[in-house]
Amino acid sequence: MTTTIADRRIEDAGLEAGIARLTPEKIQKTIQAVLAGEGGARLKTYVETCVRCGMCAQACHYYMSHKDPSYAPVAKVRQTMWEILKHKGLVSPEFIHQCAQIAYTECNLCRRCMHYCPLGIDTAYIMSFVRRICHKLGVTPQYIQDTAHSHSATMNQMWVKDDEWIDTLKWQEDEARDEMPSLRIPLEVEGADFMYSVIAPEPKFRTQLIYQAAFIFNQAGVNWTMPATPGWDNSNMAMFTGDMEIMGRIEMAHFATAQRLRVKRIVMGECGHAFRAIYDVANRWLGWGMHPVPVVHSIEFFWELLNSGKIQMAKKYPGPVTIHDPCNVIRGRGLMDKLREVVHAICDGVVEMTPNREHNYCCCAGGGVINCGPPFKNVRIVGNSIKAEQLKATGVKTCIAPCHNCHGGLDDIIHKYGLGMELKFLGDIIYECMEKKGAS
Amino acid sequence: MQADQAWDWEPGARTVLEDATACAAPHEWTEEPEASPDGERLAAVANLGDGRFTVCVNAEPWETDFEKAWYLRFSPDGRLTAVTMEDGMWTVSVDGESWEESFDFAWGTTFSADGGVIAACIQSEGTYGMIVDGTPWETLHENANNFRLAADGLHTAAAVQVKSLGQADIATFQQGIFSVAVDGEPWDAIFVNCFDPAIEQKTGRAAATIRRSLYDYSVAVDGKAWDAAYDCAWGPVFHPGNGQVLAPVRKKGLWGMAGDAGFVWNPAFIQCHHPQFSADGATLAAIVAPSFGKFTVAVNAAPWSATFPVVTDLRVSPDGRTVAAQASNDNAAFRVLVNGSVWPGVYDMAYGPVICPATGQVAVRVEKDGRQAFVLGGKAHPETFDRAFNPIFSPDGAKVLLRGISGKAYKRIVAPVSAFTG
Amino acid sequence: MLELYALAVGPLAWLAFGVFVIGSLARLFSMYSLAKKKDAAFLSYMTWRYSLRSIFHWLIPFGSLGWRENPALTVVTYVFHICLFLVPIFLMSHIVMWDTSFGFTYAALPDGLADGLTVAVMVACLFFAWRRLSLPEVRFVTSTHDWLVLVLVFSTFSTGFLAYHQIGDSLTLTTLHILCGEAMLIAIPFTRLSHMLFGFFSRGYIGSEFGGVRRAKDW
Ligand code: HEM
Ligand code: HEM
Ligand code: SF4
Ligand code: SF4
Repeated sequence: MTTTIADRRIEDAGLEAGIARLTPEKIQKTIQAVLAGEGGARLKTYVETCVRCGMCAQACHYYMSHKDPSYAPVAKVRQTMWEILKHKGLVSPEFIHQCAQIAYTECNLCRRCMHYCPLGIDTAYIMSFVRRICHKLGVTPQYIQDTAHSHSATMNQMWVKDDEWIDTLKWQEDEARDEMPSLRIPLEVEGADFMYSVIAPEPKFRTQLIYQAAFIFNQAGVNWTMPATPGWDNSNMAMFTGDMEIMGRIEMAHFATAQRLRVKRIVMGECGHAFRAIYDVANRWLGWGMHPVPVVHSIEFFWELLNSGKIQMAKKYPGPVTIHDPCNVIRGRGLMDKLREVVHAICDGVVEMTPNREHNYCCCAGGGVINCGPPFKNVRIVGNSIKAEQLKATGVKTCIAPCHNCHGGLDDIIHKYGLGMELKFLGDIIYECMEKKGAS
Repeated sequence: MQADQAWDWEPGARTVLEDATACAAPHEWTEEPEASPDGERLAAVANLGDGRFTVCVNAEPWETDFEKAWYLRFSPDGRLTAVTMEDGMWTVSVDGESWEESFDFAWGTTFSADGGVIAACIQSEGTYGMIVDGTPWETLHENANNFRLAADGLHTAAAVQVKSLGQADIATFQQGIFSVAVDGEPWDAIFVNCFDPAIEQKTGRAAATIRRSLYDYSVAVDGKAWDAAYDCAWGPVFHPGNGQVLAPVRKKGLWGMAGDAGFVWNPAFIQCHHPQFSADGATLAAIVAPSFGKFTVAVNAAPWSATFPVVTDLRVSPDGRTVAAQASNDNAAFRVLVNGSVWPGVYDMAYGPVICPATGQVAVRVEKDGRQAFVLGGKAHPETFDRAFNPIFSPDGAKVLLRGISGKAYKRIVAPVSAFTG
Repeated sequence: MLELYALAVGPLAWLAFGVFVIGSLARLFSMYSLAKKKDAAFLSYMTWRYSLRSIFHWLIPFGSLGWRENPALTVVTYVFHICLFLVPIFLMSHIVMWDTSFGFTYAALPDGLADGLTVAVMVACLFFAWRRLSLPEVRFVTSTHDWLVLVLVFSTFSTGFLAYHQIGDSLTLTTLHILCGEAMLIAIPFTRLSHMLFGFFSRGYIGSEFGGVRRAKDW
């Protein structure tokens, strides 16, 4: 069935309030300024070069789930950027609502479509550009905008106050000492080998992950530290709302913290989008060609720990398990082989999904989509029935997904489609099955 | 770090502590040690078992012990501070004496330049502020961050939340809920965000980068915002001579330096941050990127010709004649930059150049192949350490105090400038 | 008609080739300047190695996920594009014209083969047209512009075909063919057909990002 974005309008406090402030003239002025300032050869080439062949349709899980052409990557561009350019920005507030709904909630910026487009058109970039315009127009979904506000006010995503962060680490250190009396979460240690950074939902809701990481690092005997200042959060929702200035400020704080601590590397928890922000988005906005301090995703770090023998598995996790490849560290960083080596080292039996590796389907939570909150929840769950089928086809009961967003997204579809699967982080399994010599 | 003539400046090496991890009390472990500025003491937090902690100075424990003790820091005048907790309440302990008042949380100890004033951040019943030499702000706020203590220690400032915010209330946030509090008292003006406050010495005037809307960055001085709006801005600095406030700002994708009246450095840089004045204000330096991915230092708007993937740790001598920084590539291959020229040495890590206020000479603690060493004017001192502390010049600049741990021993070395021969 | 023919093979032909060549160079140059001015950061990630690696994989039929998942289109588009270059360049009637104008010749396709390939292009155009009409995801994004370029290609090949087979008035059709061909050449730098110019750069850029920065394949 063919619909258009107009047929599926969703009410959102942020979007409604945003468009209420707009007139076509105001919109045009802002859009022209954004195009003049930031629209360069990439945008121009992409829009002009696209031959409208529709090959990219099958790339997108939204299209594959709905089989509605208006969800195809190129269709998203048609319903947003092409119209904007055709009308030189003179479009209605309602049209901007549609742009925002598409760009923020119907595209995960997962970059799968680049494997389908013969011309290499980066639809994710175009959607990011539409988001930038929407941000500049003040039309952003309420919940993700709130996280961007939090970032600006606290340098973390969840309004965690300066003391709450430290307090949480001290608390987790205490908890973990019941299990390993000598355990430390070393704060502010200058010259440590690496700084461990996490996303704000960890201290807020998933403290167990900090506990586990601390346990693994202590058991491995590595020289690490965590900062006791803002700059600890590696997540970056401003990157997804289109607030590049706050995006840059967050990463500036993050890198400056690592530089202040004189660590060799930043090791980050199992999060995908944070990796993207640090690895090849925000650093560029700040003028750095690559990250100024190397950033190592947990997948790679666990791989190092296992390969160097610093941690040993007491047993293997009973399988079979399947592996979900998070876009931002697979298409975004090529960690598919290391991920497999780690999973094979810690689990008994792996059933691969098809397609997998660089071709894997997105979880449909990434790109800030899950952060747009309840109004759009159904869209991303229904929009990923293809993933549900993919999971189901493996026939296994455990899925390993080394990414927070993926957990959120997959959890929802597992429930919705009654898949009865359990989701695991690598850290969950390593912590559960490793040799715990240091434990009392 | 201002050195004192009264310290032991007799050239030579002395082992201050045979075992840097020692603690005279029965203990489970000791943590990362800190060295006093004069090099005479080495301190570390010690875990006494049963969830008790204390601080050991030259292996001698403080008389008190705590439920928690961490963030051990020497103030520039040599007093030793720790953030400590007892009965669930936190405070700062100075040389073993806890400040009278304790709070639901205390953290982030800072010092005035001469160390005479000690301040920290506090949270009490969910309200936030600062505490200076044991005296908390009278007014605490729903939230506060970006805490600052003026270099002369006379005033404190922070970005403070002055209006409440409901869950996901994006409208109220965008109307503004933040201000800057100086000594606890907020400005009348309210902004969407306040970043990186700076405090002028003596006068206590404060300036901060602000966001008036999600898009409009500017600078506010004592609550009064500049008219001009920029696309982005980093933290401001005060001209030490005339009190003028300058900040790196971004316009049309390029960064420059602006004051109240507009640009003083044309926006010609891909990046520009960490501006720093000499004491007389005649020299203004900043880290800049003349083109994408190529960083260097600009002095009075003129960038040095050598560029690097990353430049950090900019330092300007009081007389402005020496400007130093360090460069790196992928957080390795560290180089030291002084007045536009590059030292020959390439290091695995550098810990920030230290400029002698008297002579303008530059010394740096560096690391190579797991050993730390000291380099002065590009030449290394023969001694290497497992872990060292930053070098300190003697008041006349003729000697450098080197502090470090090698094997188990903590040593203090007074090295004449001529001893740097490598 | 003769005058028109003379105009078409003379001044207009010069014009068409001139506009095509100079226009293409100008567009490439101006796009490069724009990229240097506004996307300098992104340009700096382009590398020969990874650009060519990506282009190479995408030049192989079924060499990429996109091709594999669209098999019919893949076959047709390869035939279409190969013939698109092969036929006009190696067509005897075209080489004859080079010869009369500039006095040089080179090997030609046998006429029968060229004729067959021409038919293949026309069939491919019909296939493209069918897609645009029948496949919802293609129809959803199709505009007049897409039809225009398709019609241009189709007209050029079909009029050439008709002229060659002397169906209808030969002079009129040849003239028409030449005019269509010229229109198409002129259109290349300024319409969607510019994908011939920019396609390698967009693919090369994304290939460089995937290969050099993200260390993943993009095919
Ligand atoms: C200045 C431009 C052109 C001129 C002067 C020209 C001239 C001609 C002539 C004289 C013929 C032979 C007709 C006959 O035998 O009566 C011909 C045939 C043909 N031309 Fe062109 N042409 C031009 C451009 C093009 C272009 C741009 C294309 C395609 C991209 C093209 C494709 C063909 C084809 C497919 C045939 C028919 C071949 C066959 O069926 O065997 N021509 N052209
Ligand atoms: C080296 C140069 C070229 C390359 C690499 C190239 C590549 C492509 C690709 C990848 C597609 C998309 C797949 C498809 O829809 O078939 C395409 C479509 C197309 N190309 Fe080209 N092309 C080139 C030159 C040309 C030229 C010179 C023309 C015509 C003058 C042309 C006409 C077309 C048309 C009309 C389509 C759209 C088919 C449709 O309607 O779906 N191409 N090209
Ligand atoms: S969700 Fe992924 S595949 Fe779909 S349009 Fe966005 S980037 Fe492309
Ligand atoms: S595959 Fe590429 S060229 Fe074809 S419609 Fe999609 S974006 Fe356009």
